[in-house]
Amino acid sequence: MAEPLTKETVKKVAHLARLKLSDAELDLFTTQLSQVLGYVELLNELDTSAVEPMAHVADIANVFRDDEVRPSLPRAAALSNAPKTDGEYFVVPQILEEG
Amino acid sequence: MPVLSTSAIALIDRLNRGDVTSFELTDASLNAIASQDSNIRAFLSVNADAALAQAKAIDERRKAGQTVGKLAGLPIAVKDNMCTLGVKTTCASRILENFVPPYDASVVEKLRAADAVLVGKTNLDEFAMGSSTENSAFQVTRNPWNLEHTVGGSSGGSAAAVSARMVPLSLGSDTGGSIRQPAGFCGVVGMKPTYGRVSRYGLVAYASSLDQIGPFATDVASAALLLEVISGHDGRDSTSVDRPVPEYSQTVEQPLTGLRVGIAREHFVEGLDREVQAAIKQSLDVYRSLGAHIVELSLPHSKYAIATYYLIAASEASSNLARFDGVHYGHRAAKFDNLIDMYSASRGEGFGPEVKRRIMLGTYALSAGYYDAYYLKALKARRLIRRDFDAAFERCDVLASPIASTPAFRLGELVNDPLAMYLSDIYTISANLAGIPGLSLPCGFSSTGLPVGLQLLAAPFEEEKLLRAARMFERATDWHMKSPN
Repeated sequence: MAEPLTKETVKKVAHLARLKLSDAELDLFTTQLSQVLGYVELLNELDTSAVEPMAHVADIANVFRDDEVRPSLPRAAALSNAPKTDGEYFVVPQILEEG
Repeated sequence: MPVLSTSAIALIDRLNRGDVTSFELTDASLNAIASQDSNIRAFLSVNADAALAQAKAIDERRKAGQTVGKLAGLPIAVKDNMCTLGVKTTCASRILENFVPPYDASVVEKLRAADAVLVGKTNLDEFAMGSSTENSAFQVTRNPWNLEHTVGGSSGGSAAAVSARMVPLSLGSDTGGSIRQPAGFCGVVGMKPTYGRVSRYGLVAYASSLDQIGPFATDVASAALLLEVISGHDGRDSTSVDRPVPEYSQTVEQPLTGLRVGIAREHFVEGLDREVQAAIKQSLDVYRSLGAHIVELSLPHSKYAIATYYLIAASEASSNLARFDGVHYGHRAAKFDNLIDMYSASRGEGFGPEVKRRIMLGTYALSAGYYDAYYLKALKARRLIRRDFDAAFERCDVLASPIASTPAFRLGELVNDPLAMYLSDIYTISANLAGIPGLSLPCGFSSTGLPVGLQLLAAPFEEEKLLRAARMFERATDWHMKSPN
């Protein structure tokens, strides 16, 4: 860590996050995220070489259930909030080139 | 005296005696919203007709001597990040502005089964990301005690709605203090249960290892009752824990003998407002007068909590919010070049600045080359923070602290300085990292008339003890009797 965050890096992260940001947003986030990343350097004070990471506090491993067919949302309800649908499917822009 | 000026428990008594009807209470709630909410702006939506119809039906069942639920006829408000069948659930975000869930969240099902009357959905920081409710895409909620101050956040609408006595009960969600801090800022009781105590099915996820739903009320006993109603195992949330739900409302009046109240020296340091500190010290005197022992101890990793939290919460948020892609629900941009561009444009238009910031921070912390230094490091720090609490609760029953360094800050004071806003969560954030229960209850006022909250924390699944300890304090004081109206 410690190397300064550049606008180019922020641009790359925005692409990874699928966020279209304006130039002004990129500038603002470069400054603000640099501040936050500077702050979290604090954690480097801690010797964590012998500490197991804790992803979760709950004392639960895998929770299994039988694989059985159960009622689920009717298609009309599942499609009811879709930005674009043909009544049966979610419609998205064409992904594959015409062959 | 307005009918809604008493606690939920007192209102249930009156309903059971036939002293008042649910229709009257619901009508009073809707009138209070109509007269006050143009200033406070706690509600994003109000369902007057449905609420009155439901109230009427419950009145008829009660009159006919039929069995009714534990909250029968009580008006309640729900934070707008919990799904309500057929009722818009926006998360205070443009991206979900028109989202109408095809199902109820578990807690909403439980409220309906208990015959609570859902009057409306409350404002929040967009996707529960914030500490002031100023990050809502739709409106800023104002503090009922002083309209120039924030209500805290992110469950600010739910806190304000109870504080202004528009509803006797409400639900919030708490990822880093989002129930307890607004409860403190608004002078009401707010509680975050143990992680896993309440099902999160149907709660729009922000940071899944930290999020937990909990109650707001004007007093401890009513919060205990609402917690009892919403708690319990749910197969649809694999993190919900399968263990019996105590009847918190039946034990809450029993004082604890030999109570050990812990205070951490790291909680009383520079930056703590003098009036807040004085109110907390007086609260400890109240406990002493009730026979409790005050135990001084240390939470040595406290100073790392905020850094740990923002790395973990942002990382989880970046993953959780990937689902908003303009395909299945939510906003889709009108103009785009291809599929990837459709995702990016929809998300760029639909999310507000704080949500974008956290998605960016999380994406960065999880990205190749940085994962070990940021995310993994934070997970390790998290374990150290949890161990501090495990050690502390060997020596005390509850930990007492301020809820925040200051009373409610002014609108606009921190909103343009994200890091300063993050730092304001110093007292509440550790409980989420450790997964322990905590609550805020009124313990005084600043010289400017703003409420001060006392935070109590307990070991995992010690909600009963926590509520009883809080009720002991409440019974000996009258801070909870004061309302801004």
